Amino acid sequence: MSQAVTTQAQESVQQILQKHPRDAGELLQILVAVQHAYHWVSEEAVGLIAEHLRVTRAHIRGLVGFYSFLSDSFLGDYVIYLSDNITDRMLGNKEIGKYLCSRLGVKLGRVRSDGRVSVHFTSCTGMCDQGPAALVNGRPVTRLSRERADRMVDLIMARTPVSDWPPELFLVEDNFRRSDVLFRRAFEPGAALKSALLRGGDETLKAIQFEEAVDPASGIAWKRGADETLKELYRSDLRGRGGAGFKAALKWEACRDTPAPERYVVCNADEGEPGTFKDRVMLSSYADMVFEGMTLCGYVVGSSQGILYIRQEYWYLKAHLEAVLARRREAGLLGRNLLGTGHAFDIAIHWGAGAYICGMESAMIESIEGRRGKPRKRWPLPVVAGVEKRPTVVNNVETFAAVAMVALKGGAWFAGHGTMHSTGTKLFCVSGDCERPGIYEYPFGVSAREILRDCGGLDAQAVQVSGPSGTTITQQEFDRALAYEDLTTVGTFMIFGPKRDMFEVVQNFTHFFQHESCGLCTPCRVGTSLLANLVDRVAAGKGSPLDLEEVQRISHLMKTTAHCGLGQSAPNHLVDSLAKFRGDWDKRMMVGGFEPAFDLDASLEEARQLTGRDDDAAHL
Amino acid sequence: MSPDSNRTFFLDGQEIPFREGQSVFDAAMSAGVFIPHLCHNPDYEPHSSCRLCTVIVNGRPFASCTQPAVAGQMVQSDTAELRAMRRTLTQMLFVEGNHYCPSCEKSGSCKLQATAYHLGLQDNHYPQFFPRREMDASHADIILDRDRCILCGLCVRISRDVDRKNVFAMTGRGIHTVIVVDSASGLLKDSRVTVEDEAVQHCPVGAILVKGKAFEVPIGERIYDKEPIAVASVRRFQAREALTHG
Repeated sequence: MSQAVTTQAQESVQQILQKHPRDAGELLQILVAVQHAYHWVSEEAVGLIAEHLRVTRAHIRGLVGFYSFLSDSFLGDYVIYLSDNITDRMLGNKEIGKYLCSRLGVKLGRVRSDGRVSVHFTSCTGMCDQGPAALVNGRPVTRLSRERADRMVDLIMARTPVSDWPPELFLVEDNFRRSDVLFRRAFEPGAALKSALLRGGDETLKAIQFEEAVDPASGIAWKRGADETLKELYRSDLRGRGGAGFKAALKWEACRDTPAPERYVVCNADEGEPGTFKDRVMLSSYADMVFEGMTLCGYVVGSSQGILYIRQEYWYLKAHLEAVLARRREAGLLGRNLLGTGHAFDIAIHWGAGAYICGMESAMIESIEGRRGKPRKRWPLPVVAGVEKRPTVVNNVETFAAVAMVALKGGAWFAGHGTMHSTGTKLFCVSGDCERPGIYEYPFGVSAREILRDCGGLDAQAVQVSGPSGTTITQQEFDRALAYEDLTTVGTFMIFGPKRDMFEVVQNFTHFFQHESCGLCTPCRVGTSLLANLVDRVAAGKGSPLDLEEVQRISHLMKTTAHCGLGQSAPNHLVDSLAKFRGDWDKRMMVGGFEPAFDLDASLEEARQLTGRDDDAAHL
Repeated sequence: MSPDSNRTFFLDGQEIPFREGQSVFDAAMSAGVFIPHLCHNPDYEPHSSCRLCTVIVNGRPFASCTQPAVAGQMVQSDTAELRAMRRTLTQMLFVEGNHYCPSCEKSGSCKLQATAYHLGLQDNHYPQFFPRREMDASHADIILDRDRCILCGLCVRISRDVDRKNVFAMTGRGIHTVIVVDSASGLLKDSRVTVEDEAVQHCPVGAILVKGKAFEVPIGERIYDKEPIAVASVRRFQAREALTHG
């Protein structure tokens, strides 16, 4: 880097620091801002931040090295990340990547010598229904084609700032194909909150006037409204939409009943599960509903601080989300004086910086507090000691949206949809080989076949339900129900047509987990790499039956001993694939021979490079 | 301590007394039952990252170092399956780093090596990863050999919580996780570390070593040369218990 650039960076880092309090918890947010402004976090910036926040340089370097979208080297004026989910691959992202690199004259992962541009692959960016997708300086480009790549290249060659690129390139569609009872109508901001407050009528729950419910002097009505809303949540039997399916009311009550001077409400919008994009659609088009659900949670559990933790891939929604929050403050739906009641609740946005693990609630809390997103010890649970060791409810975006509807229409109404143990409706993110990918809302209990029929994907040979950490189902299983009783799901529904090679799916997922393992525990840190190496060995035609036994053994070890859900569920797809798509493995297996895991000739490569030799005698 | 049915659980069929708030691990070690472990040092807060101390509690696996003991629970630890898993976890630690016991001055006092002997490791089983990690020999008294690091995080935790210096941190992610040192240059010589730091004393492997001490204790007379880790570890734990709880 030239001196001029370094000096300029220092000045501006100071400006960024001025906008953040001297609180170590701000570290990740500061680093995100610096990365956006300068496309790296320089050592100079590290020094300035360390001084400002009174944290160590090593701690800061620890974060820069942990989060995928932070970098300790300059990434160029234009930074392109190509989404590398299996659905992007099926739509030709590798070919587009090669094309982009050759037209830009850049090697994958390297910055062009003039510092103009770099191209990288990244985990799924949540645009699977409109891929192949990319992020350019944080802004999404969807439906990449050679033609669109050409336009990007021309703009980069002409040094056109991304803010001046034609908006059409950045068009992201909701593709909301089927709505049911939760998302059928537009949500009226404040309606659910008012319903909750009105539940604070007298003992007979006789209707009260709104003025009475919100009267700051009316402490009893306020308290009763919160209690009655919790009862409605119990009646609704709403289970968390993040996959684990824990009952929301139980979580909220435990948080409310843990004595503490303050509590936190965290909305998990870190949807990193490849193939998932419903948070993006809800936050684009139903943000009020989500924020209102969070506000209701604050009301019920007695918290005045909500936090939306959102993945870096959705940075382009920043202005929109901030505008919705500002509008809600103006309308008295957030802020120090909620609807004139004298009670406070506000929502801050915390940005992730590229780490799948941060979708795991205790890792998310670590990230919110400005640290590496490393899961905490199992106990105490966040509901007892979460953010700043205060009782914390963590629910995901869809759960909070559902909460708003429960408050609005009542728990019994909500429980009237879905199945016995999976009430309400669920959003499904449909992608892959079908005619109409997008978001589909169905009551819980819908069969895979019904979704496939509606989206035009009935000829599928398999569906990956709930993402790489979920379940692979085959044609024989398409009548299974998507519900907690049968196939648990976060809503991810990736479809693989009859011609797809299911081994390629496995290879993509295995490398995803290797890349996203946080490194805390041995079985996941080493196991994900061993699995990736074994799968690559099979891909190279060197796999033996012993290798497959090893895959099973490591998978079992990870499921049993990994610290958190990431490591425990990372091998699910391998176990499924070996059981259900063995043919796609077998055709790659080495026949009638054995290849040692240790490649003696390859290990001489370093010596060849050092000596500059590549003649026959330098090979075995 | 007399067994009290309200304050005991069963570990591989043996009744184990415990004090309120004790972990399964601590209660077992107090009772003289060794549970293999690497990231945990009972003098400090548990971390539950190496997963060697995994036990089955009422049918579900948990890291015993962070799992509270509960009266009446049924815990399995010394089973063929768990022994095999601990062996695999130890092999994983061997292959992800660069561990050459014969040339390591920690040999004989190394917990990784001693645990491998305890578990009957015959080989590393998996192909070595041969990672390239930087060695920091810049400091006059202390050496940081990242090749031998098992990422237990003890130096990070002790430097933060006990020495209050935050000399060590981790960077990278997943298999690329490495220890970093807090100084402008990233080198030990420019950091605030000193040989007196507790963080320097308790590395379970040969990743952090004090220079000039290599053969103060000759090979053959080192901690685990004299007795296996299962015995040494329990003895040390019980001595510590006797000091703190009479």
